[in-house]
Formats: sequence, C-alpha cells, structure tokens
Amino acid sequence: MESSLKNMVLTLLTITLVTSAVVGLVYQVTEEPIAEAKMAQVTGAIAQVLPAFDNNPADLKQTQMVEGKEVIIYPALNGTDTVGYAIETFSNNGFGGMIKLMVGFLPDGTIYKVETLSHSETPGLGDKMERKKSNFSVQFEGKNPASFKLSVKKDGGDVDAITASTISSRAFTDAVDRAYKVFQSLNQKGGESHE
Amino acid sequence: MSKLQLLTKGLIKENPTFVLLLGMCPTLGTTTSAINGLGMGVATLFVLTLSNMAISLIKNVVPGKVRIPAFIVVIASFVTVVQLLMEAYLPDLYATLGVFIPLIVVNCIILGRAEAFASKNNVIDSALDGLGIGLGFTMSLTILGAVREMLGSGSIFGLKFVTGDAMLVFVLAPGAFIALGYLLVIFNKLTAKLR
Repeated sequence: MESSLKNMVLTLLTITLVTSAVVGLVYQVTEEPIAEAKMAQVTGAIAQVLPAFDNNPADLKQTQMVEGKEVIIYPALNGTDTVGYAIETFSNNGFGGMIKLMVGFLPDGTIYKVETLSHSETPGLGDKMERKKSNFSVQFEGKNPASFKLSVKKDGGDVDAITASTISSRAFTDAVDRAYKVFQSLNQKGGESHE
Repeated sequence: MSKLQLLTKGLIKENPTFVLLLGMCPTLGTTTSAINGLGMGVATLFVLTLSNMAISLIKNVVPGKVRIPAFIVVIASFVTVVQLLMEAYLPDLYATLGVFIPLIVVNCIILGRAEAFASKNNVIDSALDGLGIGLGFTMSLTILGAVREMLGSGSIFGLKFVTGDAMLVFVLAPGAFIALGYLLVIFNKLTAKLR
C-alpha cells in the first residue's frame, strides 16, 4: 500500500487507539484477580510462618518505612493473646536484586519460620534460600536474634551460608535482620504503652 | 507449502534456535531449567500465533513505511495482555517467568515472522506458521533447559537425581553458551540428512 502522510498518521493512530483500548480492558478485568492472587500469597505465607491463630492478620497490619521501602507487620492473635508477628521484609542486596521474605516472630523475639515471597536469585545457586529447595532457611527456626548473630559465618555471624552463594545468603540474612529491628521497635512501643 | 509443512518446518528445517539462531537473548536467559524453558516457549508460541494472525489481518491497510512500528505496537499489546492474564490466573507460573515475559516483545523471531511471513500470507497460513515456529522454539528451549538443569543442578523438571551439587557453571551464563554450542553441533549433525 502506498504511504502518504495522511494514511500513515491515520493507521498508526487507529492501531494505537485499538490496542490501548484492548490493554486497558484486560487490565480492568484482571485487576481484581491479580490483587487476590497477591493477597492469597501473603496470607498463605503468614499462616506458614506462625503457629495457629484465629484472626485475620491483614486487618491489623501496620507499616513502617525503612530505607524508603515499606516493611509490613501482620500481628496474629488467638482470641486476645498475641501469637506472634509476621513481618514482610526485604533486602536490596540480592545477587539478582530485591528479595522479599515473610518472617514470623514469636512474642519473645524467637524466629518461628521464614518464608521466601519473591526473589530473582540464580536458579541452582541462590534460589536455595527457598524452603522447598534446601534447608538453608530452616537454620533460622527457633533462634532468637538476641543470642543468634544475624550475619553469615564469613562475616563473623552464626548463619551457615549456602555453598557458592554468599551474596544471596547475606541478603537473606540482611532481610531477616531488618525484620528483627522492626520487631524490636514494635516491642519498645508496646512496652511504653503498658507502663 | 502444504499446511502440514507449515506446522512442522519450525521443528527441524527452520528451527528458530538451532538453525536460524534467532531470539538468543530469551533463549540463553530463561533456560536455567527445563520447566522455565518450556514456560518461556509456550508464552512465546501464544504471542507469536496471535500476533501473526493479527498482522496478517491488517497487512493490507498498513502503509509500507510505518509497518514496523505498527507491528511492534500489536506485538507489545499481545505481550502485555499475556502478562496480565498470567499474573491473574497462573500466579505460580508468573512467579518464575514474570521477569522474562516483557522480553518477548524484543524477541526477533516474532517481528521476523511478522515481516517475513504474516505480512505476505493469509490468516490461516500465518497462524499455522506462528504455531509451527512456536513449537520449534518451545522444543529447543525445553531441550536446552533440560540439558542445563541435568548438568547444572542434577535434576530434571525439578526431580533431583544427584545428591549435592552438580556442575554449577551450567546454570550460569557461561554454561548457557557452552550447552547451546554443543547442542547446535549435535542437532545439525543429526538433522543434516533430513534437511
């Protein structure tokens, strides 16, 4: 077909209009399922990292800004007793960028479990931080960061790094440490209000 | 060319990875495991078939001088639609493939088929061509992913058959080039008579 300014402009205008309408429509249709899928992942992770509870922790969520990013705290209750806190934390120091974890703390600060939410670490190496791929994250369970030093052994801490993935292990530990600091600040506030 | 030939040429004769050597960026980047290769292949197949059909439909109304921008807009829209649908309804697959989906836009196989085939043929032939080349791409990526996973992680489709670590280099970038090189030799030796 012969190209003239008029038909070129008209064609491109029509194509971009139609395609953006289609993309917009699909976005509207999928917006809700995407939000639900993300929410399901978060609630699933909270249930994984804490002992049984009977409230909906997402209703009580609090956020704290750490280094310009949100750290979200989900308090879990059984009746009126606090079962623990699930803290959605992050680290920017992963080998492939951002790592997001859900860390469960018991009220005394003991780590109950750690679950990986998202990461872009190398498959076969850094992705061993996922519970289903290796036992790396299991070593945090039942440890209280007050006595368990949260850095890898190479850096003088107590964490056994994943073989050949020190950077990923450091980032994972860094994220857990960030969650613990948020947990501590939470406790201080709680302590003050009781006094 | 018969309909059957259109559908099967992508497997051996015009295999996009092992014969035409197109789309190397997603090929090398995503094939760290068999399942990742398969997922990327299927996503590409889907986009390729749809974009071939759409481009074949609009080929007579697009002026020659703006055909490339017009094609790219169509392809990019399909990729966005696939990404949104996958995030909404297949969140698990999206978690592993999400970062690679936008790469489909710049996969030169897609623009290549649009320019070389869909803009000159009717809708049905274009759909079959997209399906055929997509199948070939999926097959190659799955083979490459399986080889790298077996050598690099000692597993196949996530099932581990070696305890401990395997040759880690194969899940990293250098291993991708080494594996692809040897597969190219083997593939072309084995299929020399068929072509």
